[in-house]
Amino acid sequence: MENLIAPLIAAPLLGAAVLLCGGRRLDKAGHWIGTALAVASFVLGAVLFAGLLGRGAEDRTLVQHLFSWIPVEGFQADVAFRLDQLSMTFVLLITGVGSLIHVYSIGYMEHDERRRRFFGYLNLFLAAMLILVLADNYLLLYLGWEGVGLASYLLIGFWQHKPSAATAAKKAFLVNRVGDMGLSIAIMLMFTTFGTFAFTPVLGSVGETGEGTLTAIALMLLLAACGKSAQVPLQSWLGDAMEGPTPVSALIHAATMVTAGVYLIVRSGAIFNAAPDAQLVVTVVGAVTLIFGAIVGCAKDDIKKALAGSTMSQIGYMVLAAGLGPIGYAVAIMHLVTHGFFKAGLFLGAGSVMHGMNDEVDMRRYGGLRKYMPVTFVTFGLGYLAIIGFPGLSGFFSKDLIIESAFAKGGVQGWILGTVTLVGAGITAFYMTRVMLMTFFGEERWRNLPAASPDAPDVEPAADHGGVPHPHESPKVMTVPMIVLAFGSVFAGAFFGIGERFVHWLEPVTAYEHGHPPVSALTVTAATVTVMVIGVGLAWLQYGRRPVPVVAPRGSLLTRAARRDLLQDDFNHVVLVRGGEHLTRSLVYVDHTLVDGVVNGTAAGVGGLSSRMRRLQNGFARSYAVSMFGGTALLVAATLLMRAV
Amino acid sequence: MSFPLLTATAVLPALGAVATAAVPAARRTAAKWLALLVSLATLVLAAVVAVRFEPGGARYQLTETYEWIPAFGVRWELGVDGIGVALLLLTALLIPFIVLAGWHDADPSPSSPPRSSGGHPKENANNRWRPTQGFFALILMVEAMVILSFEATDVFLFYIFFEAMLIPMYFLIGGFGDRAHQGGEEAAATQRSYAAVKFLLYNLAGGLIMLAAVIGLYVAAGSFSLPDIVAARASGELEMGTNTERLLFLGFFLAFAVKAPLWPLHTWLPNAMGEATAPVAVLITAVVDKVGTFAMLRFCLGLFPEASKWATPVVLVLALVSIVYGALLAVGQRDIKRLVAYASISHFGFIILGIFVMTSQGQSGATLYMVNHGISTAALMLVAGFLISRRGSRLIADYGGVQKVAPVLAGTFLVGGLATLSLPGLAPFVSEFLVLVGAFARYPVVGVVATFGIVLAALYTLVLYQRTMTGPVKPELAKLPDLRVRELAVVAPLIALLIFLGVYPKPLTDLVNPAVRHTMSDVQEHDPEPEVEAAK
Repeated sequence: MENLIAPLIAAPLLGAAVLLCGGRRLDKAGHWIGTALAVASFVLGAVLFAGLLGRGAEDRTLVQHLFSWIPVEGFQADVAFRLDQLSMTFVLLITGVGSLIHVYSIGYMEHDERRRRFFGYLNLFLAAMLILVLADNYLLLYLGWEGVGLASYLLIGFWQHKPSAATAAKKAFLVNRVGDMGLSIAIMLMFTTFGTFAFTPVLGSVGETGEGTLTAIALMLLLAACGKSAQVPLQSWLGDAMEGPTPVSALIHAATMVTAGVYLIVRSGAIFNAAPDAQLVVTVVGAVTLIFGAIVGCAKDDIKKALAGSTMSQIGYMVLAAGLGPIGYAVAIMHLVTHGFFKAGLFLGAGSVMHGMNDEVDMRRYGGLRKYMPVTFVTFGLGYLAIIGFPGLSGFFSKDLIIESAFAKGGVQGWILGTVTLVGAGITAFYMTRVMLMTFFGEERWRNLPAASPDAPDVEPAADHGGVPHPHESPKVMTVPMIVLAFGSVFAGAFFGIGERFVHWLEPVTAYEHGHPPVSALTVTAATVTVMVIGVGLAWLQYGRRPVPVVAPRGSLLTRAARRDLLQDDFNHVVLVRGGEHLTRSLVYVDHTLVDGVVNGTAAGVGGLSSRMRRLQNGFARSYAVSMFGGTALLVAATLLMRAV
Repeated sequence: MSFPLLTATAVLPALGAVATAAVPAARRTAAKWLALLVSLATLVLAAVVAVRFEPGGARYQLTETYEWIPAFGVRWELGVDGIGVALLLLTALLIPFIVLAGWHDADPSPSSPPRSSGGHPKENANNRWRPTQGFFALILMVEAMVILSFEATDVFLFYIFFEAMLIPMYFLIGGFGDRAHQGGEEAAATQRSYAAVKFLLYNLAGGLIMLAAVIGLYVAAGSFSLPDIVAARASGELEMGTNTERLLFLGFFLAFAVKAPLWPLHTWLPNAMGEATAPVAVLITAVVDKVGTFAMLRFCLGLFPEASKWATPVVLVLALVSIVYGALLAVGQRDIKRLVAYASISHFGFIILGIFVMTSQGQSGATLYMVNHGISTAALMLVAGFLISRRGSRLIADYGGVQKVAPVLAGTFLVGGLATLSLPGLAPFVSEFLVLVGAFARYPVVGVVATFGIVLAALYTLVLYQRTMTGPVKPELAKLPDLRVRELAVVAPLIALLIFLGVYPKPLTDLVNPAVRHTMSDVQEHDPEPEVEAAK
């Protein structure tokens, strides 16, 4: 049965190769080929899943060894895949949501002349992501890790003729590379500590080395996770990544790739368990990011950027949970899966709205759309209820568990983390209600947009996208995937949560401990619901009762900072970009004058070359070079003769 | 006596060079085809060498020894180990691509009179002047000499070819420069001759110092034969004073460090690569410079193991400086070809780092790096050359939006760039990671600092791609043609090779591993043991 793992990866890889090298004759069929192979991969995943269910809980690990990748003295890296409950969960999420988004893209990208290439990139992403979660060692994981980074780069920059898209793509890759540095160093540390970086031997011999080494490895893994999962301090790329086509934002920058950091931490649980200091840092990163993302999400008027802030914040929840150790691993993954459903659904909904609104993304230019796009409204609404944790829906189960686990960490830390997650839940309810109200309720602001005026140069004129939009529902090929995801948003949580099905499924891989929160679980739930209601209420007071101005008011200092992503880019620009530019510019100068000059000068001092160097420009140089070579030859001859005599 | 296969791999391109040069002036195209065929035949011979070579067998195989200058003990002594075979293959493989890529680089331009070549007087403008024939003959001549440097096991023989290859290189740089020059033909000629002379002087200076060391070695050891000296040193028959060994080491090392090139002896490379045509730039950095790093591994470590260890700290620091400095300067470049040159300096830092950390992973990685860097730089630089020849400018600022009009060109350029930044799945990742791991295992701090190189590599590569290929199409580029069949025939196999060796480098590692074991025993070093013997 393990022989099915490689074909599972090979299907989308083949799709990528065929679509990217196939040329224009595949333009007509490209999207069908890409979608068919994604679905094929999902079917193989389902077959494997059925196979795993047929086995005992402790016997659900399949390993497929393909070939030796880099065999060098003392160093062994194999191309080998491991399918267990953890990777199986991801395989189903990736190929399932992935297939839906392929279908959706058939409609969404219909008028793009480069649609074939888009599907090639999507297939490439699927293959790389599957390698990431199925790799049996950290080096192969690294291949998938950077592979998804490449796919993300290509897809963010898909509309490369837009300079903003090209810049965003480059930024995403670069920030991720900083994280990748962490992963490389972690792998090197594993190699020098354990002599290997395959999962089983490394995670199995954690007990034989000191806590210091393990903390270092864990922190480096965390750095990697921060890059891929857009956690503070490597969060700055995610908002810009929304430059990519919306299906990409749904699949890569919400449902799957950005959760890879959580996968990495959970997969390396044994290392983190033995490094409590590193775990503390993980929880802090998660807590900071969940608030950071939520605040940014409150201030953005661009619907996709608001959702991106939300993604960052929700992954913050997962990372925080993963930092709690065995109490949190399974819970983190559960939230990851439910989030995959509702956030993908929300993004597809946003895409559907944009599709009907001439690609407008500013929510201040929406309003009252529920009448025009009923299916989008309902599916988006269900996703909205799921993410704010409306009782009974997916997010309610998974987020509630995280909040409980955070309190269960115990002590002051537990209270702090628990409070942060609670506050976060309130802000989530606020910003999501804001999105909902601004988009689907209120007056139809898109009917009377201001014309361009010199007073407000920032305000785009309405005519920018071709006059007053005519909002309309999207075609079936787009709405059906949204409906399927809405089902997941509604029912997945209950299905996973009731009877602790999900936790028991993952337990053999991640281990599971029941936390003991200082207050009863019921109290936590009640508090969560209360906070949620407050958040919704505040948002309604602000955006529901009062009309939404089409031009954003100036806002408080915090609002203005939040609109600029809490000044992350300003900070990076001043510290890294400017500093770097100065450094490289001065180095170019130094290289030209100093290094060149000193070496030439030394040579001159030694060999009296200076006068000859000066003649370089005036034609004697060639004769000089020839004479110098002749001199060398003479010298050789003379020395050899001396020797012979 | 068996067929002298190794000699043949060098004699064939040398004879081919003579034949190409002799093709009559009017038959330019015939000369090109002849050069291409000769280079392909050489590739076949190199493949035969690789097949005949047994990785588990003796250290030097297919050996040939002939008396040459008995009075001085100089012998025509050839032999290859796994490292030599790998580099022989690389050289033989790249030359056909270089020839094909430079197909029109030496065509006499219709508007201007034939350009002067190197030392030849300019007035040679009658139709007896044959630049095309000369260009391809010189390339083949370089190939012959590089191949002999990889095969020579006689130190003096090596020295001769190490130096002699400068002559054809000098004419290639000085005589056939890049036509894309913003300052016009006159400025181009001046820059070109400056670059060529700088190249020659740097390398001759290094060579002179090495010559003294070669003679010194003969005085100390009484022989030029590398295997004999190494064996004598290992068995204790040949004692060498500490100071003698160190001085001799320095003499060899300096010459190789100029050629490699190592910071701060690198400044000739950006000039040479910038002014030469793209195929010649590839010849410099992908082929000729590899002789420098190869020789460090074979001669410095083999002949002077103790001195090599003595010098290690300094060499490692210089290598680290090269890695970071080269990358930072690449970020600051405005000229596409100079950018690639500085990137190469950074990569040579990695190779030298891998050699001198004295671990199996480092040295295997360094050898693989030489091969992979050759292929990846060839891919990137040749596509860059195709682009430059279309627009007639090397300045990054003159481009923008190319992917819209020439998607295949942009796509292959991106793959070349991704290889340069060592994306996993492409060949350079394997070697770069091995070097990093090998360095980290012995010197963790060195490993960590070198890792910064991977971020900077992403920076200079992606910035280059963004500025040239993305954004709105510049009006001057609106009619830019995409890659032609000949150009695709150059790039596609290189890309296929990058992917193949990234996924399945085993054929190469099998070749290299035993040779690295020998080198490690030469320097009497063992890999650091892991802290925990993890259950396998």
